[in-house]
Amino acid sequence: MTALLSINGISKRFRGLAAVSRVSFDVSQGEIFAVIGPNGAGKTTLFNMIAGAIPPDEGTITFAGTRTDGLRSDQIARLGVGRTFQLVRPFPALTVEDNVIIGALMQTKTVRDAETIARDTLARLDLFDKRTQIASSLTLPDRKRLEVARALATGPKLLLLDEVMAGLRPTETDRIVATLRDLNRDGLTILLIEHVMRAVTALASRILVLHHGAAIAEGNPEQVLRDPAVVESYLGAESL
Amino acid sequence: MIDIWHRLPMRGKMLCLAALAAAIAAPLVADRYLLSVLILVFYFAYLGQAWNLLMGFAGQLSLGHALYLGLGAYTATALWTLFGIGPWIGVFIAIPVAAAAGMIVGWLGWRFAIEGVYFALLTIAFAEFTRIGFDHLQITGASAGLFLSVNSPGSDKWWNLGGGPLLYYYLALILAVAATLLVAWLRRSPLGYRWLAVREDPEAARAAGIDIFRAKMIAMLISASMTAVGGVFYGFYYRNLFPSQVFDIGRSIEIIMAPIIGGLGTVFGPLVGAILLTPLGESLTALMQHFGVNTPGAKSIFYGLTLMVIITLQPSGVWPWLARKLGLDRPRT
Repeated sequence: MTALLSINGISKRFRGLAAVSRVSFDVSQGEIFAVIGPNGAGKTTLFNMIAGAIPPDEGTITFAGTRTDGLRSDQIARLGVGRTFQLVRPFPALTVEDNVIIGALMQTKTVRDAETIARDTLARLDLFDKRTQIASSLTLPDRKRLEVARALATGPKLLLLDEVMAGLRPTETDRIVATLRDLNRDGLTILLIEHVMRAVTALASRILVLHHGAAIAEGNPEQVLRDPAVVESYLGAESL
Repeated sequence: MIDIWHRLPMRGKMLCLAALAAAIAAPLVADRYLLSVLILVFYFAYLGQAWNLLMGFAGQLSLGHALYLGLGAYTATALWTLFGIGPWIGVFIAIPVAAAAGMIVGWLGWRFAIEGVYFALLTIAFAEFTRIGFDHLQITGASAGLFLSVNSPGSDKWWNLGGGPLLYYYLALILAVAATLLVAWLRRSPLGYRWLAVREDPEAARAAGIDIFRAKMIAMLISASMTAVGGVFYGFYYRNLFPSQVFDIGRSIEIIMAPIIGGLGTVFGPLVGAILLTPLGESLTALMQHFGVNTPGAKSIFYGLTLMVIITLQPSGVWPWLARKLGLDRPRT
């Protein structure tokens, strides 16, 4: 397997506090890679550096053979990295369909084609019937799905998901999990940051655990979730 | 363009055609005074469309559009009075002059992440120091003003943008209709979607691959260019230019009233706003003249009050409300 995303020793400090320190890992083409860790472990910082929202202090990020550290987030998006936001950010005053059309316009030049892509994407995420609603009127689960739809409509090679399951009911989680699995089967590589272990174990082929900004374990789910350091720092002894 | 027409419900099509027919036929019944009010209606509708592109669609507040209006007006007027270059050619020089000014303001603001209110202050500042500059620019008459003669040979010919009210009426109407069509087309174009994304959430827009600096610069380019054309119209309609009037912040405020009252970020808002506001403002002036009251600034107070009433009753403007009442807000799919 070839690495689609290659993270090499990246660090980020905020006023002396090391949010992420020298983290390295590879995400292979076609896999679902999960980053887990307690609150404040640096997951979102790591995620924002990959997406280009903040530049790393040191280290390199390579996506599909291109160095992306130092690029703007819109440039990284155009290279094929789609992302969602932990606190959902749909375009509030626009309709659900217009939200997704904006994403789709990244891969096509005409609004007509973008409409087709948007409708297909919305159908895939069970939002087709709500396409004429204003985004701000949606429920939280629907807004989360809309985030995924908008990112997906850009036609990404890699989809970055920042806690899309947080705040969802188990049945809703299972629906998104099923959708993501379908997308992955069609060839989409996914990197997700997640607290909901139910989703992580159902999806991830590999897991990286962050603690105080450093990677403390990496591997397939069975290994990682039995690792004593992970159990102690994150899962808690009772989860065994 | 055809696509937009098809999206309108039947009632909307009828209404558009009826309004257009009425506007074309208006000079048959309107007297000179009414015609002069209608000229202002379309003039403000046109400028409102230009400003609305930047504010209503791309979400960037400019309170200094008098800058582009004034530069357009001064460039075309000066070319005519100094070099005998007619306005139909002059407008193509006025546009790049104003557009360049817009690019400078936009670049300085957005490159250095000056957003929102601070960007608005920057736009005011540029209009203000340009006004001061023109106050001292001898070649265009400085603060004493620049005048277009009304009796030199050829000055009353349409090719020199001179003549009776009918010429200005139809010109203003064409400008307003063309701007509305352009805005309607842009709204449904990829560019229009990008602007909306930038307006709604710049960070999320970036994540959708949008170069937000570029999107805002294009909005500024189009908006300033359109405003410059309005400036050429202004110069040749009023036939006198004073820096203290044309670059005044009051001029900028005047431009933004119609789209705010009519509905920011809507295609028909500036048109509806101008139709409502201009005749009201003009009636006020006429009434005050009739009763011999002379209170400077009464119009500003009137605009302020209107704004307060509209913001309280219909914060998103008159047009969205009117469209709902008329059943025009549901496009056919």
